[in-house]
Amino acid sequence: MKTVNQGIEKIDAMSLLTGKAVYTDDLALENCLVVKVLRSPHAFAKIKDIDLTDAMKIEGMECILTYRDVPNKRFTMAGQSYPEPSPYDRLILDRMVRYVGDPMAIAAGTSEKAVDKALKLIHVSYDLLDPVLDPDKALDHKSIIHPEADYHVNGDIGNEVKRNLCASGEFSAGDVENEFSRCCVIVDRVYHTKANNQAMMETHRSFSYPDHAGRLVICSSTQIPFHVRRIAATALDIPKSRIRVIKPKVGGGFGAKQTLVSELFPALVTMKTGKPAKMVFDRSETFTASTSRHEMKIRVRIGADKAGHILAIQMDTLSNTGAYGEHGPTTVGLSGHKAMSLYNRAKAVQFTYKVVYTNTMSAGAYRGYGATQGTFALESAVNELSDLLSMDPLQLRLKNILKSGDTVAAYYGETINSCPLPACIQKGREMIGWDRKFPFRKISPTRIRAVGAAIAMQGSGIPDIDRASARVEVQEGGFYTLMIGAADMGTGCDTILAQMAAESLGCDMDKIVVSSVDTDASPYDTGSYASSTTYVTGMAVVKACEELKRKIEAKGIYPALSASATHSSPVSPPPFMAGFSEIEMDLETGETKVVEFVGVVDCGTPINPSLARVQTEGGIVQGIGMALYEDISYNPKGKMTRDSFMQYKIPSRLDVGRVRVEFESSYEPTGPFGAKSIGEVVINTPSPAIAHAIHNAAGIYLRKLPMTAETIFMTLKEQKTAWPSVLKN
Amino acid sequence: MQITCRINNREFIREIEPDLLLIDFVRSLGFKSVKRGCDTSNCGLCTVWVDEKPVLSCSVLAARVNHRIVTTLEGLEEEAKAVGRFLAKEGAEQCGFCSPGLIMNILAMKKEFKTPTTDDIKQYLAGNLCRCSGYESQLRAIEKYFDLEGKNQ
Amino acid sequence: MFGLKEYRMVQSLDEAYELLAQDRNNVILGGLLWIKMGRKQYQTGIDLSGLGLNAISETEDSIHIGCMTTLRQMEISPLLLQWFGPLFSDAFKGIVGVQFRNLATLGGSVYSRFGFSDVITALTALDTQVRLYRAGVVTLSKFLNMDQKRDILEKVIIKKQVTQTSFQTLRKSATDFSILSVATSLCKGNWKIAAGARPSMAILAENAAGLLSPEPDEKTIKAALDRVVNELSFGTDQRAGAGYRKLLAGVLVKRGIEAICR
Repeated sequence: MKTVNQGIEKIDAMSLLTGKAVYTDDLALENCLVVKVLRSPHAFAKIKDIDLTDAMKIEGMECILTYRDVPNKRFTMAGQSYPEPSPYDRLILDRMVRYVGDPMAIAAGTSEKAVDKALKLIHVSYDLLDPVLDPDKALDHKSIIHPEADYHVNGDIGNEVKRNLCASGEFSAGDVENEFSRCCVIVDRVYHTKANNQAMMETHRSFSYPDHAGRLVICSSTQIPFHVRRIAATALDIPKSRIRVIKPKVGGGFGAKQTLVSELFPALVTMKTGKPAKMVFDRSETFTASTSRHEMKIRVRIGADKAGHILAIQMDTLSNTGAYGEHGPTTVGLSGHKAMSLYNRAKAVQFTYKVVYTNTMSAGAYRGYGATQGTFALESAVNELSDLLSMDPLQLRLKNILKSGDTVAAYYGETINSCPLPACIQKGREMIGWDRKFPFRKISPTRIRAVGAAIAMQGSGIPDIDRASARVEVQEGGFYTLMIGAADMGTGCDTILAQMAAESLGCDMDKIVVSSVDTDASPYDTGSYASSTTYVTGMAVVKACEELKRKIEAKGIYPALSASATHSSPVSPPPFMAGFSEIEMDLETGETKVVEFVGVVDCGTPINPSLARVQTEGGIVQGIGMALYEDISYNPKGKMTRDSFMQYKIPSRLDVGRVRVEFESSYEPTGPFGAKSIGEVVINTPSPAIAHAIHNAAGIYLRKLPMTAETIFMTLKEQKTAWPSVLKN
Repeated sequence: MQITCRINNREFIREIEPDLLLIDFVRSLGFKSVKRGCDTSNCGLCTVWVDEKPVLSCSVLAARVNHRIVTTLEGLEEEAKAVGRFLAKEGAEQCGFCSPGLIMNILAMKKEFKTPTTDDIKQYLAGNLCRCSGYESQLRAIEKYFDLEGKNQ
Repeated sequence: MFGLKEYRMVQSLDEAYELLAQDRNNVILGGLLWIKMGRKQYQTGIDLSGLGLNAISETEDSIHIGCMTTLRQMEISPLLLQWFGPLFSDAFKGIVGVQFRNLATLGGSVYSRFGFSDVITALTALDTQVRLYRAGVVTLSKFLNMDQKRDILEKVIIKKQVTQTSFQTLRKSATDFSILSVATSLCKGNWKIAAGARPSMAILAENAAGLLSPEPDEKTIKAALDRVVNELSFGTDQRAGAGYRKLLAGVLVKRGIEAICR
């Protein structure tokens, strides 16, 4: 192939690298009103009154909006296809505030200083309510977080809102109890992953203005332009046809921008004032008033016979969706299905879950979307199982994992076309030097190096729901325009989709022009999330190009000749990954650093191996952050305690050791040029692989993230007997 | 108050507020390469040079650059392209939002080190955060860039 | 956002002090890093940048570091390296990044008296004095314990004597604040052990240091370590618990002493 499977530079690379003005805030109109939001200082309260008299006296203030000024129509900000599985539990501004950071008033003025001053002069009186901060105590708590009568769910998600239960459900295949009774070894443990912040470098931001026809234009840094159009129409109570959404270059998303966050505030101001308005979240707001990964507590029961055949897996997840249900009912499913499916030789599997509301910031979408949490739990349990069986953890996996051709009950009954996971494990084993290094090597009297491993899968789009379209058109001079609605957020999808078009049309890359998304001009696409773009939108591009080729063959080539196609996949073929960590632990302090992380990935055909490699390296490093550093916590009053890069430390380049990536590519027949997804699977293995290495170094199992030096050291101290014998000398 | 300064080899005389920050000043003049990624001087995205030294423009008063020389990426177009080509080849820019600050600091490093070691590079650039790339591709690109620069000398 | 109604580049320390004394809302601008992070609205920001206080110089018996000297200047100063070894580069390299350290000033770091300050920990292990505009020259430890009267820290003065040093720290991640920082020094047979980020401010473990001979044997070191842990107090904050800090203190002090003895 000439362009596909080539490490071609991104088409926007040099403009990004030379700092051109291409992001939302760079393009905002100069005369935008500055929009800021007054946020609740209380975790749970009902607003008695908001007095704006003093605030509106500030010179330069244009308007201050409160719950009295917003449409009374509940909605969800989750960027999902309609009908969204997330409950309609929000208003733009509500009289009830449900977490520290919930918006109470939207202030707009001609300068930041004026707005800052006005915000301080808004007087709010409250009835304070007893907040629910602990997800373990949320169910049937005497405080009901969503007592409102107009709360709405679109379908059966196991919701019992008066019990603070956002969603619940179960799945099983086979008779688990019967299988457990045949097991000679059973691991039964609870694993706890914390909320994490996506921490993309460009915070949430958007601006809006009325166009020549009086329609509302929203320009936003988003992964979901078309969902923004629909949801904004609902929230603002205007027809969808009255809104146009434009997506400029996006400075990272990782799921954070799969939810509406900033859009509605300036949009409402523009609607009320008829003036352009802009809101840029600061970093603290991005931490405290957007969405995070769902905190989960996952109980895993897994049993095997003496020979190491895994017979039964049982997972029970408690997920904390925070104050609102964005992505709550859906993320939780992945914590079970996308973990258990790996072990398809098991005779019986069972998965049960509950998603609860608490008075903390709403959780949402973050790369991995529940699978990351489930993988930490199940892969850790499998490593514990190998220990009990005294079996090499890689052997245990090779014995039990799914294979090409398997029909996987836990994976919604899908048949797996392409699974080179054994080859991934084998290659990674060689790259890390497993046979030399497992389980540990003592490199000085106080330092030890150890290795650990984990495997993972994800999906490629949401079957039958994700829908993408593409249009190619011949232009004068013989180049092509490629119109797509998928949202490049730095991932490079504009480039790889152009690569597919060039390959299909048999032309050079410079003959393909890709436009960024404008809902008035771009063909419909559900958006860039759920690892869908390469696989789903890619297929739409291929189909459109094939159609255009047929037309060219039939009619010859001339300007305005065009073809369109839409694609939706009935299946979601999983990409796979084997991850291996080597850590160095300082036994005197517990300080633990990743020396090397090896990832071997199957994403089917990598459309652009350079970009796929960087996706993988980036995902691994985010995973290392989750494993060792990143921790969203709340104080006893429900205020988030780490709301800046000073307190919430994402990995710097000194924190991550070496990351090495290889591909073990299968060919997925349902994907474009044999491709599957890559964006999410790559974040799943670091936490369990590092936890495993920590165990191999020190004989302790850490089942809660992040695994800090202090936890390691204090656990070591308590469990000294568990130390590997060599350390006792 | 009024200040006079040279930005990217052009003189600017402007009336400013005493608490205006350099990042907002240069962006208001159209130098949009300068990005803000945090509120706590931790991310390095807003890196510019003041009198040839890399600093965080989010933490410098515009008033303080009176009679001084400010350089943003717009003033280093050729140098930025030279580094940028290596980053682009690796796909290291990803979302690109941290790239201008990173390149400003790579070019600052070049003035202090002719042939930086891997450790030098990691230390010098530790204050430049990136959430997309995992840093590895940046390191590959930077090492190749300095290899070539070394050979050209 | 912080606010500043006026900005003044002063021509003399007298002028700076006069302004400072005029209004409680006037403030000396150091590197601006901390001021900018706050939300306080100040009246006048007083800039000392024009007073030539940004240099490291030496006299016959001491080294003078002006308050506007940046951490980066100190980190790469051959003069400081010559007399005190890599103490400052080791202590400062984890402070955020080069661009941050090109702004952060010595005066701002010391005057703020932050508990987590690696700068103060390092200086505490040397024979350090500060010169204040009003209070004159006082020892660093006296300054750190003085009532916080409004004054201007003009410069830091370190006694010029060849000192062996070691800086040990543990951070949750490479550019985070220290969970605990320990600076150890040996000069003319006298040891100093400074521990900071406990999380409260750096102090000397004088009793422990007093136990150490110029070439201490293992037993003496062990005795000193026991003393350190009992002599100093440790607390809990977001970064670590008191118990962990206490255990860490023994390890970092041991490493500091060993690094010097080696």
